[in-house]
Amino acid sequence: MKMRTRIALITLLLVFAGCAAWAVEPRERLADPTLEARARGISGQLRCLVCQNESIDESGADLAHDIRIFVRQRLTAGDTDAQTVQSVVNRYGAFVLLRPPVEPATYVLWYGPPLLVVAALAGSLLWLRRRQTAPESETAPLNAEETSRLQRLMRETDG
Amino acid sequence: MKRIFYLLPLALFLVLAAYFALSLRPGRDIHELPSAMIEKPAPAFELPGLGDSAPLALNALKGHPVVINFFASWCVPCRIEHPLLMRLAQQNRIPLYGIDYKDKPEDGTRLLATYGDPYRLAGMDRDGRTGLDFGVYGVPETYVIDAGGIIRKRFVGPLTAETVDQELLPLLKQLGQS
Repeated sequence: MKMRTRIALITLLLVFAGCAAWAVEPRERLADPTLEARARGISGQLRCLVCQNESIDESGADLAHDIRIFVRQRLTAGDTDAQTVQSVVNRYGAFVLLRPPVEPATYVLWYGPPLLVVAALAGSLLWLRRRQTAPESETAPLNAEETSRLQRLMRETDG
Repeated sequence: MKRIFYLLPLALFLVLAAYFALSLRPGRDIHELPSAMIEKPAPAFELPGLGDSAPLALNALKGHPVVINFFASWCVPCRIEHPLLMRLAQQNRIPLYGIDYKDKPEDGTRLLATYGDPYRLAGMDRDGRTGLDFGVYGVPETYVIDAGGIIRKRFVGPLTAETVDQELLPLLKQLGQS
């Protein structure tokens, strides 16, 4: 491998290594690896309210740090994962959940897109079937008045 | 019937356009979130006093409506609302209490010494835990708590003369004190 390619590869690797790094600081981590794994799992589902498009696990914001500590405190105190998530939701609302819950307020969000797809498919099918079965019936037959007018016109051009 | 069918895309477009127009209307802060704590009991807190203020505890505040303002010396928008808070304090129009959020005690004390202290009492929330219990996601935030300890309203960002006149003062009046 040429030197330049190698340098380019290493640079690329470093760039992506940077992206994969987590914001969790060493002093935040719990000694118990199972608890820490649960905390990481929960942190990944919670939105950082300052950056709004990052989970608190990825965010370097101060508030994200505080919530990570809070999550770990709850878990250490013996709360289940669901209880821990709920206590964050109680404070910050369902907006902190990166995966919104299915409830009346989010029905449009969850069911809207599939409904649109179904409606679009049904519409296209109907349209295609109608076009196949009745290709000629698109135009209505002439009524009596139109027929006589057509005949008159034909006669005029003939003459 | 057929004509209605052709108008459907136009109708859909109008609905979407109305939705976007509503979202883009001036004065709407896209980062402002509804509070999950409205109409719920305020979380209990017991904070050491900032500077020479006596300690600040929720239990001691119950019995009359209060306004709690989260602020910090490092917070720029807090400086914007500070003169307004001073004016309100001088007129003694609102029962205003302060919580110094994630701040060094000496910095908070210096802030109030330099620019004036609008608070009846100010407490220190050094680790931000009380803020977290309230669902604070940025300072300044201002909460109105009624006599029974229920959170009735949250203002995100600096208070303005407009929000004070149109929302805060009427709400306090309605809660039984002004």
